Amino acid sequence: MTTFEFTILIAIGSLLAGLLGALTGLGGGVVIVPLLTLAFGVDIRYAIGASLVSVIATSSGAAAAYLKEGYSNIRVGMFLEVATTIGAVTGAYLAVSTPTKAIAIIFGVVLLYSAYSANKPPKDSQTDDPPDRWASLLKLDGEYPTARGEKSYHVRNVPAGFGLMYIAGVLSGLLGIGSGAVKVLAMDQAMRIPFKVSTTTSNFMIGVTAAASAGIYLHRGYIDPGIAMPVMLGVLAGALIGARILPGARVRTLRLVFSIVIAALAVEMILKGVKGMF
Amino acid sequence: MTSGAIWDDKQFELVIGKLLRFGVILAAAWVLAGGIHYLMQSRGAKPDYKAFHGEPADLRYGHEIVHQALQLNARAVIQFGLLLLIATPMARVAFSVLGFALEKDWMYVGITLAVLTLLIYSFLSS
Repeated sequence: MTTFEFTILIAIGSLLAGLLGALTGLGGGVVIVPLLTLAFGVDIRYAIGASLVSVIATSSGAAAAYLKEGYSNIRVGMFLEVATTIGAVTGAYLAVSTPTKAIAIIFGVVLLYSAYSANKPPKDSQTDDPPDRWASLLKLDGEYPTARGEKSYHVRNVPAGFGLMYIAGVLSGLLGIGSGAVKVLAMDQAMRIPFKVSTTTSNFMIGVTAAASAGIYLHRGYIDPGIAMPVMLGVLAGALIGARILPGARVRTLRLVFSIVIAALAVEMILKGVKGMF
Repeated sequence: MTSGAIWDDKQFELVIGKLLRFGVILAAAWVLAGGIHYLMQSRGAKPDYKAFHGEPADLRYGHEIVHQALQLNARAVIQFGLLLLIATPMARVAFSVLGFALEKDWMYVGITLAVLTLLIYSFLSS
């Protein structure tokens, strides 16, 4: 394969990944690593470097639109970024010393979880628990727009959420993904933040989390311009197209199909990891 | 919101959103320009990515990348675009320090400075 063909094929694959990721809410980053390693035979370290770069692009590109809508809670985001950036630095250092087959197996498990969580119906997460004193102290409570005007919400279980965010950061730094699924788990399930606020704030945080490990990846030589270029441009273009057509799209079936594809990729990564083929 | 603040959260979010979009567009345009240059001068079979060799030192460190990019080395031009991309969320955090200071929210100025310090630390360390 020539450099030209290789680059174009990766760009097309990344565009599809970005498009499906945006339409289904799973994010494009999750399939980039399986795509590059399983389909193109790229070493997993180059793959996670390129994936991480694309994650920064889509998160930052999408954040502008979300911030305009007024769902994101920038205080929650900034406070939890303390946990995710510490985690991301930890994860990036772990990535250097962890055997690649172990990374492949962990990657597969996280993929399976992402596919599962994307298909769970979102439930109303507000409860009548007493207000969390950390939430009041840190001014985390907020409000978000609904059809019936601004609705206020309380943030709970701040220490548990902070701990989960650290884990989300470690996974992001170790695997070169946005860890959106774990971030939403921390905010939506643990901290009881409304679903729409959780997803948009999570997206807002992903870029900063990824930037915290990108410098370490760069210095370790994981970021190859020949791979990162078509991946970043492809995923970004796909995500932008996806955001355009999302309002009119029927995503439930698509999400299910994409989740099955992801689950299959996850199983293949785990099997190849166990056999030591990474 | 603190009374007497010069601006509010809403304006703050809009400016952050614009900053992020500008950074991504600039980085993507840069990477695309470098990518076209890279493909035009590429000859023959693709590099071997099956085995990990790591990038050469001149594509790993900021000042080396800038030096090579100025000589229009296509791979370094792409790499510089990726540096711009990595800098975008960092600029967002730096700007947030200013935003919280204008809101006189000193606790969040501190939290944001902690995040910024971590980002700078990880970027400079190797």
